[in-house]
Amino acid sequence: MAHGPKPGFSRWLYTTNHKDIGSMYLWFSFTMFLLGGCMALVIRAELFEPGLQIVQPEFFNQMTTMHGLIMVFGAVMPAFVGLANWMIPMMIGAPDMALPRMNNWSFWILPFAFAMLASTLFMDGGAPNFGWTFYAPLSTEYAPPSTTFFIFSIHIMGASSIMGAINIIATILNMRAPGMTLMKMPLFVWTWLITAYLLIAVMPVLAGVVTMMLMDIHFGTSFFSAAGGGDPVLFQHVFWFFGHPEVYIMILPAFGIISAIIPTFARKPLFGYSSMVYATASIAFLSFIVWAHHMFTVGMPVAGELFFMYATMLIAVPTGVKVFNWVTTMFRGSMTFETPMLFAIAFVILFTIGGFSGLMLAIAPADFQYHDTYFVVAHFHYVLVPGAIFSITAGVYYWLPKWTGNMYNETMGKVHFWLAFIGLNVTFFPMHFVGLAGMPRRIPDYSLQFADFNQIASMGAFLFGAAQIVFLFNVIRTVMGGKKATDEVWDNPEGLEWTVPSPAPYHTFSTPPAVR
Amino acid sequence: MQLSENAKLTAKLLALAGSMLVFAVFIMPPLYDAFCDITGLNGKTGDRYEAVPAAVDSHRKVKVQFVASQNESMPWDFRPSVVSMTVHPGEPVDTVFLARNPTTRDMVGQAIPSLVPFKAANYFHKTECFCFNQQTLKAGESAELPLRFIVDPDLPPGVNTITLSYTLFDVTEKFTRNLNNKNADSEREG
Ligand code: HEM
Ligand SMILES: [Cu+2]
Repeated sequence: MAHGPKPGFSRWLYTTNHKDIGSMYLWFSFTMFLLGGCMALVIRAELFEPGLQIVQPEFFNQMTTMHGLIMVFGAVMPAFVGLANWMIPMMIGAPDMALPRMNNWSFWILPFAFAMLASTLFMDGGAPNFGWTFYAPLSTEYAPPSTTFFIFSIHIMGASSIMGAINIIATILNMRAPGMTLMKMPLFVWTWLITAYLLIAVMPVLAGVVTMMLMDIHFGTSFFSAAGGGDPVLFQHVFWFFGHPEVYIMILPAFGIISAIIPTFARKPLFGYSSMVYATASIAFLSFIVWAHHMFTVGMPVAGELFFMYATMLIAVPTGVKVFNWVTTMFRGSMTFETPMLFAIAFVILFTIGGFSGLMLAIAPADFQYHDTYFVVAHFHYVLVPGAIFSITAGVYYWLPKWTGNMYNETMGKVHFWLAFIGLNVTFFPMHFVGLAGMPRRIPDYSLQFADFNQIASMGAFLFGAAQIVFLFNVIRTVMGGKKATDEVWDNPEGLEWTVPSPAPYHTFSTPPAVR
Repeated sequence: MQLSENAKLTAKLLALAGSMLVFAVFIMPPLYDAFCDITGLNGKTGDRYEAVPAAVDSHRKVKVQFVASQNESMPWDFRPSVVSMTVHPGEPVDTVFLARNPTTRDMVGQAIPSLVPFKAANYFHKTECFCFNQQTLKAGESAELPLRFIVDPDLPPGVNTITLSYTLFDVTEKFTRNLNNKNADSEREG
């Protein structure tokens, strides 16, 4: 007998169904996206003009810190886990995730972690104010008392990510339908498999670094305190040993989504499947040996600067392979431009721009000029917003008809795309210029010569924010009803997920499908 | 069967995660210290040096400059008695730093050395240094803090000036807390 979902709230609390959990992850992520977005708008509103208008510098610093933490750990990562939950079992012909109970846990501890993190805003001394990179000793000796809660919330997020990653690896390695060999898996599955290994390797390092902070703050150790024989630079090494692989955790699954969407709308198979797999694996490997490109200015010996400079530039090679493959897939395809495809094309173009500014930053002597300026802010927003966020959005539009059984409103989708596309470029492109001209990041006030570009950036930010309301509205309308989607949804898309009915029934592939 | 396969894999992955945690907390910091010691990175100078008789290279002159600064919350007066001296490699040299506690409470200070250029760090030997211990000064007390060093005759050619800087930290709170609670004292202390 096929079980349906339980009625009421307990369905969501006790569910072990991968589709339910996937949906919860996605809604949670969207909530965090809006919360982090509001914080970004506080930042941009303050920076609309030079001088202090709206918030005090202390609160401004809390906003930049919380914005970064919430977007990285609350919006981007859970969204990818949500997509993994929904799609990986359906893509490999598995009935559910391998460890459904752990799946429930890994989701349900997240709201607690973020409630704890958000509650620091209301504590004495305010929320953490030392930036999402929380460099010691700013985050130890000079930190507000709420830092302890920040540390615990990071521990919980880490536990959630590690459980999620274990589940994904177990599902992919143990639950594939007969005939689904590794080299037949869709690229989204491949990129997630590699991402999950990255998570298991580096989330414990993050947990370790915050634990050392906790000990320094409360138990009298001196890991990062020079007075006691420790070294603040050690913090940066440990943090970035986590931090650089972390930025790839936020982009590898995106590569997978884009590699699913472009072939569908170009009506050609993906060009260079196996080179995509190897490129992903080499990016993951290289991401462990480039961390000190965030630290060119701490005073490394020349040999170190050179090593990290060349290693970083090496990453551009496999990344270039990917961009080449996507472009070649589109080349002479019979392309159509539905919303998911628009987001995917924007991804390819804008992510490449972000890669190029990354290459500029990778030049160690030049980085002395660019480091800690708005140029860095421009770089990582070009790789994260059109990279991670656009790919998630593209994935949602692409699979939403399969999830809900209804087509989203195409006009509204296109409006969303163009608002977001214009808003994003208006926001972040000028940041390259003010950065090169020397405007430091993480400041609430700035010199007059930066005023014009900042004003433009702030207007773009509000436009980008407005675009997300259109998105929310479109998704809610699609969940509630709309034109029925066919089982295939798109024109001859590839993948097992399109062989099940739309909406996908509560249980799919209870008997494994035949894989050709 | 399926279940036990998952359990096995989960155990393996958890072990991987656990070992990465151990790596971050217990291996990376000592590894980093060792790395800095070997390379002289960050201007970390070595621990107490056992003087070995060496020929004084009286043809070569090296200028040694001294810098003293206080960490922001440290109220002591702290300065070198001479700011610069010219020495010959191989020759043991004595100097003192002057410290005074102008406050009305007893305090403990800890000086942390740093040396540039980094490539000279392994060729600057301290046979006696106040930075090897914490310094306790009663309210209003002042002291002469001794330093005895030898510049290694193998100092790379091209290094003609060495700057040794000390930053003085207020560790009163930490020190008294550690006295009360020896267990909380980490091995990294000192
Ligand atoms: C060709 C590929 C890339 C290269 C060569 C590159 C290079 C760099 C360099 C050198 C920095 C340090 C700049 C500084 O602080 O002075 C940096 C910062 C950053 N990058 Fe990239 N990057 C690349 C791709 C990416 C990707 C794919 C992401 C994420 C999806 C990313 C996210 C970030 C972030 C978040 C920071 C700033 C961290 C902070 O200080 O807050 N980068 N990148
Ligand atoms: Cu990096």
